[in-house]
Amino acid sequence: MFRYLLRRIALTVPTFVALMFVTFVAIRLVPGDPVEVRTGERGIPPERLAEFRHQLGLDQPIWKQFVDYVWGLVHGDFGTSIVTNEKVLTEFAVLFPATIELSLSAMLFAVLIGVPAGTIAAVKRGSPFDHTVMGASVIGFSMPIFWWGLLLIMLVSERWGLTPVSGRIDLIRYYFEPTTGFMLIDSLLSDQEGAFLSVVHHLVLPTIVLGTIPLAVIARITRSSMLEVLNEDYVRTARAKGLSPMRVIGLHALRNALIPVITSIGLQIGTLLAGAVLTETIFSWPGVGKWLIEGIGRRDYPALQGGIMLISSIVIFVNLGVDVLYGAINPRLRHGR
Amino acid sequence: MAADVTSAAPAAMAGPKGPLADFWDSFSENRGAVAGLVLLTLIALTAIFADFIAPHSPIDQFREFSKLPPVWEDGGNWGFLLGTDALGRDMLSRLIHGARISLFIGLTVMVVSVTIGIILGLVAAFAGGLTDMIIMRVMDLIIAVPSLVLAILVVAILGPSLTNTIVAVTVVYLPRYVRLVRASALAEIGKDYVTAARTVGVGTPRLMFVTVLPNCLAPLIVQAALGVSDAILEAAALGFLGLGAQPPIPEWGSMLADSREFIRSNPWIVTLPGLAILFTVVSINLMGDGLRDAFDPKLKRS
Repeated sequence: MFRYLLRRIALTVPTFVALMFVTFVAIRLVPGDPVEVRTGERGIPPERLAEFRHQLGLDQPIWKQFVDYVWGLVHGDFGTSIVTNEKVLTEFAVLFPATIELSLSAMLFAVLIGVPAGTIAAVKRGSPFDHTVMGASVIGFSMPIFWWGLLLIMLVSERWGLTPVSGRIDLIRYYFEPTTGFMLIDSLLSDQEGAFLSVVHHLVLPTIVLGTIPLAVIARITRSSMLEVLNEDYVRTARAKGLSPMRVIGLHALRNALIPVITSIGLQIGTLLAGAVLTETIFSWPGVGKWLIEGIGRRDYPALQGGIMLISSIVIFVNLGVDVLYGAINPRLRHGR
Repeated sequence: MAADVTSAAPAAMAGPKGPLADFWDSFSENRGAVAGLVLLTLIALTAIFADFIAPHSPIDQFREFSKLPPVWEDGGNWGFLLGTDALGRDMLSRLIHGARISLFIGLTVMVVSVTIGIILGLVAAFAGGLTDMIIMRVMDLIIAVPSLVLAILVVAILGPSLTNTIVAVTVVYLPRYVRLVRASALAEIGKDYVTAARTVGVGTPRLMFVTVLPNCLAPLIVQAALGVSDAILEAAALGFLGLGAQPPIPEWGSMLADSREFIRSNPWIVTLPGLAILFTVVSINLMGDGLRDAFDPKLKRS
C-alpha cells in the first residue's frame, strides 16, 4: 500500500512541473500588454511605464521570470494581481469558500435526490417511475446549464418572485464580517434574524443549476450498479432469510451499490468546478469561477496564472486522494498497471 | 459525418444478416436510441439544407419588426414564425443556421480529436517507456485543468472565433480518446494474434493501424458519438461567455448571451436557442446509448 501511495504521488510531480511551465507560457501568450491595461489609456510618461514594468518584473529576461515564478510557487507565493494589487492567494482564499459552498450544496442536492431515485428505479425496473427517472437523467445530462440557469431565473425569480436573482445574501438588510467564508455558517454565527434564511434563498437556484448534471449522472450510476448488485448471491440469501425488502435493499444492496457512485463523485470535482464558472457567472456568485472569467477580461495575467495553478492543484490533489482511497478499497487496482 | 452515421444504419436492414444487421437489431431494440436517431437525422437535414429551409437570411435585420413574439402569441407575425430578436433578425432562420454551426463544431472536434487520439494512444501503447510517460503526463495535465477553464485559457490566447473554439474544445477532449485507445491497445498487444503478426514480420505501423486498431474501435465509436454532444455543449458554453463564435454568426450559445437582458421582457428569445441546444444534445446522447448497447453487450442496460 505504501509503495502504491509513493508511486502515485511521484507520478503527480511531473504533472505539477508541466503545469507550472504551461501556466507560465500560456499566460504570456495572451495578447495585450498588462501594464497598459493597468495604467489605462491616460497619457502616462514612458518613465512611469518602465517603472511599472520593473515593479512587475516584466523587464527581466523570460527565463529569469520563470525561475522567479517557480521560486515563488514553492514558497507559497502565487503572484500578485495587477488590478487590485492583492496577493492572488489572498483573493483566492476569500472567494474559494463561496465556490466550495456552492459546489458542496450542489453535490449534496445531487446525492440526496440521485441515490434514492436511482435505487427506486432499479428496484422497480421497467415501471413508469423507472422510465421517468431514466428519461429525466438523459435530459439532465444533456442540459446546457447556462440556459437552465436563465430559464430558472426567468420562471422562479422573475415570474413567480420566489428567489433572488443574484448574490449570496441580501446585502441591504444583512451585513456581518466573514468568519469562515461560508455564508451558511457565518449567517448563523451572526445572530441576525432572517440572515440564514436569506442565504438559503440565494443558494437554491445556483444549487439546482450546478447540481443538475451530477444528479443525472448519479441517478444513472446508482441505478445500474444497484441492478447489478440485486442479482448477487448475498442479496438472494438475504431475501431468502426472510429479511424485509427495505432491509435487503437499504442495508445489503445499497451499501455495495454505492461504491461506484462514490468514485464517480470524486471524478466529478473537475466537472463541478467547470460548471461553477458558468453558474457563478449567471448568478453573480462571488466565487473563483466568476473571478477567473473577469481576470481574462481585465488581462490580469498573474491572477489568471495563480488562479489556474491553484484550481488545477486542487483537482490534482482531489484526484490523487480518490485514487489512493480507491486503491485502499480495491487491492486489485494497486497491483495492476 | 452525421449523414454517414444515419444512412449506414437503415441501409443495413436490406442486406443479408451480417454484422451490420446484427448491429441494427440490437440498436433498434433501444427505443430511445431510435428516437434519438430520428431526431438527429432531422436536425442534420435541417443543417444541411439550411439555405433552402430558412425563410429569411440569418443575419438580415428587419428593424421595424424587432422583438416580435412567436406566431401563437399576441402580436405574432406570420412572416416570422418564431418571432425576431432584438435586432429584428428572424429567430427561426437563425436557429436553423445555428444547427449547421453546432453540428459542424461537434463533428470537427470529434474527427480531429479522435484522429489525434488514435495516433497518440497507439504510439504511447507501442513505444512504451519515456514516450508513453511523456504523452500520458501531458494528458494528465490537460485533465487536471477543469475543462471550461482550459478552453477559456486557449481562447484567451488565440482570440475568440469559431475556429479557435474548435481548437480549444479539441484540446479539452483529446485525453479521453488517447487514454481509451492506449488502454484498449495495451489489452490487445499481449494477445496471440498480435504476436503472430509480429513473428511473421509485420512492421510496427501496420501492426498499429491494421492489426490492432480495428479491435479497439467499438468503445472508441461509442465514446466518439458521446463526444460530439459534449463538444457541442462546451462550444455553446464558450459562445455564451462571449468567447466563441462572434456576431453576427447565429451560434446558439452566443444567441443566448445576446438575449440575457431580455429575460424579463421577451422570454422566447432566451428560451428558443436553449431548447435547440438541448434537443440536439439529447438526441445524440440517446443515440450514443444505443450504440453502446449494440457494440458492448456487457454494458447493456439490463
